Amino acid sequence: MSMLSMKGVSLALEGTRVLDDIALHVGAGEFVSILGPSGAGKSTILRLLTGALRPDQGVITCGGAPLDPRDHGFAFMPQRDALMPWRRIIDNATLGLEVQGVPRREARARVLPLLEAFGLSGFEGHYPAQLSGGMRQRAALLRTVAQNRSMLLLDEPFGALDALTRTRMQRWFEERWREGRWSTLLVTHDIREAVALSDRIYVLSRRPARVIAERAVPMARPRLGRPATAKAHALEAELLDILLTQTGDSP
Amino acid sequence: MQRPVPRHKGGGVARGIPAVLSVACAFALWEIYVRLSGISPLVLPAPSRVVEQMVLNRSLLWDNTLPTIKATLAGFALSVTVAFVFSVLLDFRPRLRRALFPIFVVSQTLPLVAIAPLVVLWFGFDLAPKVLLVALVTFFPMLVSLVDGYESTDPEIEALLFSMGASRGVVFRSARLPSAMPYFFAGLRISITYAVVAAIFAEYVGARAGLGIVILNAKNSFRPDLMLAAVVISSALTLVLFALTALLQRVALRWRDFGDQR
Ligand SMILES: Nc1ncnc2c1ncn2[C@@H]1O[C@H](COP(=O)(O)OP(=O)(O)OP(=O)(O)O)[C@@H](O)[C@H]1O
Ligand SMILES: [Mg+2]
Repeated sequence: MSMLSMKGVSLALEGTRVLDDIALHVGAGEFVSILGPSGAGKSTILRLLTGALRPDQGVITCGGAPLDPRDHGFAFMPQRDALMPWRRIIDNATLGLEVQGVPRREARARVLPLLEAFGLSGFEGHYPAQLSGGMRQRAALLRTVAQNRSMLLLDEPFGALDALTRTRMQRWFEERWREGRWSTLLVTHDIREAVALSDRIYVLSRRPARVIAERAVPMARPRLGRPATAKAHALEAELLDILLTQTGDSP
Repeated sequence: MQRPVPRHKGGGVARGIPAVLSVACAFALWEIYVRLSGISPLVLPAPSRVVEQMVLNRSLLWDNTLPTIKATLAGFALSVTVAFVFSVLLDFRPRLRRALFPIFVVSQTLPLVAIAPLVVLWFGFDLAPKVLLVALVTFFPMLVSLVDGYESTDPEIEALLFSMGASRGVVFRSARLPSAMPYFFAGLRISITYAVVAAIFAEYVGARAGLGIVILNAKNSFRPDLMLAAVVISSALTLVLFALTALLQRVALRWRDFGDQR
């Protein structure tokens, strides 16, 4: 059964057409990526899913029922980490549970055992400004995962990191995902990242965004931390070609 | 990981040395000038004479300082409370903001010289008019700092909370209010300095006791030494209150002491 499906979704913002007839779906336990050029409308798709925007046309369903914008069951990670500088790491991580009404003590008890796997044990009492970029990103991911929702929506979670830290984080995240198997929708413009992590990839055109390609990624996991297979290289090359030649005129 | 370097902790006492030295120099020059020129103490009393008068009149000065402290603190508490209530109202009701903000701005344009006698005329010589005037002077800066503080909230944090299903009230409590705190304390520090001056001015216009009354009586009896004694006390009072708000800020905004380690 499909966790999430969008059909014929179009949206204009202040007179600018941003999304044009978008159709995509994510199955239970599936990892799906959206690849697209900068400014295409990737974050806008996530804003539709979290209820911050409503589509002009089209339907969004969630486990078969129409999306309820105030109770969608997604855990969202914004493009910048959006950690609250005045909250300690542990209190940032429990934010989602607190909003759901879980008492603070219980929320902490649930999140503390996760710290180890997220490389944050010993740092629960630190403030975000005391952490490195990679650690902040892991804290933001922990905050997302700890919400215990049916699906993760990740907006370029590693986009702001330097190349070395990003590669390390991608490997680490692949491991976490293989344990958790969360249904995931990942937004990125990093082709290698999409190929390494996804079951399926959608490619968007420039604004107004349309889905111009959909590719399955059949390679066995884990894919990172070992030489990329020929198949992976071929897929990366093909996606790069699509992004360079078929996304429309460069602005 | 090494211990975080605190961001705005100063060098403590050592950092105050230049300020103390320059003030001491100014007073020394003043004292020397008065002695050498032989100017009459009825025109310019020497610092030593001001200090002497402060000691001689200590019980009079103390009895008149207490009412000023009371008026300042009561007026300031009133203003901060009302400013907070209005800031919340205006944050939840933007249309109310458009309706009320012009009135608040106008309240800032009223000249205190004209308003103070009227308020005393309406509310008498007791505490009430002083409290009201202190509140009137400090209300607007407090309100503006709170409203600006709410607006400074990171939109991504709000979007995140919203995606978690948070209500407008939860977004306010867990994001907008904490974001406003640095602004709130900046406003507090500025307003507290206005507050003392406003209280003394209100007393000067009409009161039974207070530093403003000391200044008024000293003026009428040609006693610049007593006037300056009252001025010294009011400055000291302002400095103490300022230091208290700074201390409060350090305690409340402890998270800002932890520097960026990235
Ligand atoms: N409120 C708005 N009004 C008008 N246009 C908007 C608005 N918000 C976004 N847009 C436009 O919609 C387009 C898509 O924005 P979006 O943030 O979804 O892009 P993106 O694919 O996430 O880009 P990036 O990779 O840079 O994050 C952008 O070109 C932007 O200019
Ligand atoms: Mg984006």
